[in-house]
Amino acid sequence: MDKLIEQFSLGLFFWQSLLFIGLVLLLKKFAWKPILDAVNEREEGIQNALDSAEEAKKEMQSLNADNERILKEARAERDSLLKDAREVKDKLISDAKEDAQEQAKTIIENAKAAIEVEKKAAISELKTQVAGLSIEIAEKVVKSELASKDDQLALVDKILGDVTLK
Amino acid sequence: MQRFLRHDYYYHMRREFLIQKITFILLLVSFVSFAQHHDADHGAAAVETSSETSLKEEIKEFIGHHLLDSYDFSLFSYEDEHGKDVHVGAPLPVILWDSETGLNVFSSSNFHHGETPAESKGNFYKVYHSKIYKTDAAGTIHLDDHHHATNEKPLDFSITKNVAVIFLVSLLMFFIFSRMAKSYKTSALPTGFGRLLEPIILYIRDDIAIPNIGKKKYKKYMSYLLTVFFFVWIINLLGLTPLGVNVTNNIAVTLALSLMTYFITTFSGNKDYWKHIFWMPGVPTPMKIILAPIELLGTIIKPFSLMIRLYANITAGHIVLMSIIGLMFIFKNWIGSPLSFGLAFALSLLELLVAALQAYIFTMLSALYFGSAVEEHDHH
Repeated sequence: MDKLIEQFSLGLFFWQSLLFIGLVLLLKKFAWKPILDAVNEREEGIQNALDSAEEAKKEMQSLNADNERILKEARAERDSLLKDAREVKDKLISDAKEDAQEQAKTIIENAKAAIEVEKKAAISELKTQVAGLSIEIAEKVVKSELASKDDQLALVDKILGDVTLK
Repeated sequence: MQRFLRHDYYYHMRREFLIQKITFILLLVSFVSFAQHHDADHGAAAVETSSETSLKEEIKEFIGHHLLDSYDFSLFSYEDEHGKDVHVGAPLPVILWDSETGLNVFSSSNFHHGETPAESKGNFYKVYHSKIYKTDAAGTIHLDDHHHATNEKPLDFSITKNVAVIFLVSLLMFFIFSRMAKSYKTSALPTGFGRLLEPIILYIRDDIAIPNIGKKKYKKYMSYLLTVFFFVWIINLLGLTPLGVNVTNNIAVTLALSLMTYFITTFSGNKDYWKHIFWMPGVPTPMKIILAPIELLGTIIKPFSLMIRLYANITAGHIVLMSIIGLMFIFKNWIGSPLSFGLAFALSLLELLVAALQAYIFTMLSALYFGSAVEEHDHH
């Protein structure tokens, strides 16, 4: 300890203190402050870049989700449109079918009625013609049958005979 | 792209690190080879003139001399063929304040390496045991019973070897780090040497300052912590080079550094800090009275331990390393020198670690003390 105190040099202490304080102040102004500032700035820059990348990623994700949603909606809309169209088509077809059937029915009925009328007319005409024809035939038969007097008398007798029987 | 950049960055960092490693190894090798060279110069003379005990004495003296400051920047000295000491180095200015004549400035070459007194303004000064004393023209040193010089000592503000080294290291640091700061103006990534230094700066910020001081207040202390870390580290590393520099094993230097930590801690202490020293909350009143002086003493012991720790570690490292190198001169056989070389090499590697470790510990503990001074105790 004695030796230590003896060795102690005030001059060296003075110069060390002076030079060291000077060095701290000089380096603070010309080295440490600019270096630490630059490093901080760089670190902040890196952090910001990372943050914004993260943000962009999130935005991308939400955008993707949006896209997905829109696509889904569009798909649903298309489906509903198609469904509507199909329904309309089916309705149209069924309506048309019904109409056609109705029309066909009326046409057939009309035709049937017309046929009935014609048939009736034809039958009545046929009847008159048959009646006329049978009278003519009867006339001719009667003419030929009652040409002699005997025949006429025989017939009258026959008829008279029938009448009494009754 | 970023990945590539990163890879490039790490690759360069590793390369620089490797280069630094190789440089250190080269320095170590040159250290040892210098010592051996010294051996060759000294060996012949030693065999002729002195016995083994005096050689041991010489080594001890050399180590002692190495640990002390000196007034000129001597790299090494040797004896030429006429037995005369030849010193290689540069003289430094001596600045003295004498109560009679005031300021005296002269070159340390006037001392002739402590052999003769130097004359300035009619007074004579002589170096004795690395201190300057006022003497008469003949350079007489009066000794008391304990072999302490009783001559008058002028106030000594000389630019000694250590001061010169501190100045050079400060210049070097200013040059390196201001250049590094400039490189950030052109690119966000560090360039050149900054690639190696930036991780260290970030380490001090993220693993020393922020955890100990807190995210809110650490910025104020960064300049001191960074400066003290690099200063101590570089100076410790320089101590391992063959330049014979040893700044941090001067108690004056470590005292100046730890006083700085002490003052910063004391002046940034908040209400809570002082309250915990003088009136410890949460303990009974008699305990508070007992604790106050202990806590107060603790504030001084903390920087004191910083001072002693750095001083003792570096001094011990230098003494052991130089003693092991000194073994080479004593063994002088085929087994001793390689053994000593191996030991010195292993110890040098250890000292490299210690150089960084002591800088780290000093910075870490300073940060811890600052942290305790500004800590907010929310739980009360």
